[in-house]
Amino acid sequence: MARESRLYKFRLALKNNKFRFGFGLLLFFIIFAIIGPLFTPFAGDGLYYEKLPGSNMEVATYSTRTLPPMTRETLITYSGRHVEVLHILGTDKLGRDVYAQLVYGLRTSLWIATLAAIIGTLLGITIGFVAGYRGGLTDELLMMFVNIMLVIPSIVLLILVAAYLEARSPEIQALIIGLTGWPWVARAVRSQTLSLKNREFVNLARLAGLSDLRIIFGEIMPNMISYIFMVGILQFSGAILASATLDFIGLGPTTAVSLGTILQKAIAHNALQFGWWWWFIPPGLIITLIITALFFINLGMEEVFNPRLRRGGE
Amino acid sequence: MGFRRYLAQKTAVYAITFLFAVTINWLLPRLMPGNPIEAMIESNLNLGPGEKEILIRFYEDLYGLNEPLWRQFVNFWVRLFHGDLGYSLLYKAPVWDLIRHSLPYDIVILLPAIALSWIVGNWLGAIAGKNRRYDRWMMPLFYFLASMPYFWFAMLLVYFIGVKLGWLPYQGAYDPSLVPGLNWEFIKSFLSHWILPFLSLFVVMIGSWAIGMRNMIIYELEADYVRYLEALGASEKLMTKHAYRNAILPQVTGLALQLGLMVAGAIATEIVFNYPGIGILLMNAALSQDYFLLQGAFLMVVISVLAANFIIDIVYAFIDPRVRASYTEG
Repeated sequence: MARESRLYKFRLALKNNKFRFGFGLLLFFIIFAIIGPLFTPFAGDGLYYEKLPGSNMEVATYSTRTLPPMTRETLITYSGRHVEVLHILGTDKLGRDVYAQLVYGLRTSLWIATLAAIIGTLLGITIGFVAGYRGGLTDELLMMFVNIMLVIPSIVLLILVAAYLEARSPEIQALIIGLTGWPWVARAVRSQTLSLKNREFVNLARLAGLSDLRIIFGEIMPNMISYIFMVGILQFSGAILASATLDFIGLGPTTAVSLGTILQKAIAHNALQFGWWWWFIPPGLIITLIITALFFINLGMEEVFNPRLRRGGE
Repeated sequence: MGFRRYLAQKTAVYAITFLFAVTINWLLPRLMPGNPIEAMIESNLNLGPGEKEILIRFYEDLYGLNEPLWRQFVNFWVRLFHGDLGYSLLYKAPVWDLIRHSLPYDIVILLPAIALSWIVGNWLGAIAGKNRRYDRWMMPLFYFLASMPYFWFAMLLVYFIGVKLGWLPYQGAYDPSLVPGLNWEFIKSFLSHWILPFLSLFVVMIGSWAIGMRNMIIYELEADYVRYLEALGASEKLMTKHAYRNAILPQVTGLALQLGLMVAGAIATEIVFNYPGIGILLMNAALSQDYFLLQGAFLMVVISVLAANFIIDIVYAFIDPRVRASYTEG
């Protein structure tokens, strides 16, 4: 029964134009991140690697610097082979393929945002549930903590923590973003829990002697699932933005390329002044479009679940 | 009487938040792996053998790092109230002086950008909420604006207006050949350098204000009191006026909630324009592991945001009749 209604909700959402647009756009970028590397011979750092004959060692070859998009070029590799390559989005100041960096950077950014959103949402749900369900002193103390965390700008906290960490992997970045992003979720989940916990079916479950955990997961949670999904989406877009900003400041992952680090390198090499637009316009555009897509998904879902917001016959 | 209680309550909340922020600031370097002092010295100076140990000892003694933890915590607070935020190895100057000289640049950019975007965004959003045809094509634009990372829009501005068209300067806060002073030439240079960073924050901020306002107006226009007015035959202007008054209140609260994101935007934007505010200090401090500067800049940002939140809370109490009633009657 519950499963059926959830599927029904999803189908209802798919009828909404805004949801369709956002979902389609997001899906496009996810698919692009997965199959994008097939269209380029370059590795994630934008270099051409070739295996030395008779060993497993790989040697990198740099391309010509700052080529404009769609340039064909014949690379001469370390072993003297001639390889014809296409730079779909040109090359950067160091002779690395921008398209390859973009695709792998998109992978990293999506991965970081997904992890951070999951961490932030789970943490927020837990704290929000406990605060809302328990009430009393627990609630007061937890909400005080939530309000404190809301007021302190999370970006400076992120900068502070990231600066103290010498080697930063994408996962570490996701962890610190998740750890600073949860208060919004907690506040939203708490208010939902407060409005649900005194409903009759919850009281009945309590009378029936179900444990708190059973009530939370069996009775309250299913009624909030769409809401939690929406909050999770907001976490995801917040995480993309936070991670891009951190990367841009120069505190991004030290072990991988991401959309933000491409932008940071572009600024560091004066790409703006030299007019190498293919280096800095695509990564920013992708970030913007992903966040727009998430906005529209949320908007569509809000209209589906909250008919008051629907306008006319849209 | 009631207002005093409201004030006292808010002050207490912000005092606790401040306490928490300072404690985090003090605690973080002590929780992290590695020795910050060591990292700081290594990344800044070329030292001969043996000199490093002496320097580390010097700094540990100077900042009392050999004392028990509770004593360090007390010292930290004492120094803080004396305005002693430590010494920046990177800039070779006291941290407080550096911050004092950067803060005005942040205020000059952020304050007008926030205030004007709030006014313009609310205005545009209100129109979109009322007018369906206009809403159709404005809404996607608002969402696109609100989705843009501040620094990316700043980069577009630099590229198109600064580099391609060559209309405005885009590096620093004024022409480096000029000496800051109250003369016409300097003011002209300062203003022309100010326009692009201001615009980049202003334009992106408009998006989120407009979205918030638009949704609130739609919500309010369907509320019962508007229906009642409509039934009484009130003019559309009157209905909009009442809806607007109710819709603007959450936007004031939104001002407080958005502040953190805006600070993040301002930090990254300053880096694009090389504008000498706290953002540049924060970045340089973080990248060269200048921990005293990092801690100082963190504290400054937190204090500013707390102060702004406090002011918004007070203003809110004056403009929201419900809050006002609760403390004048109670």
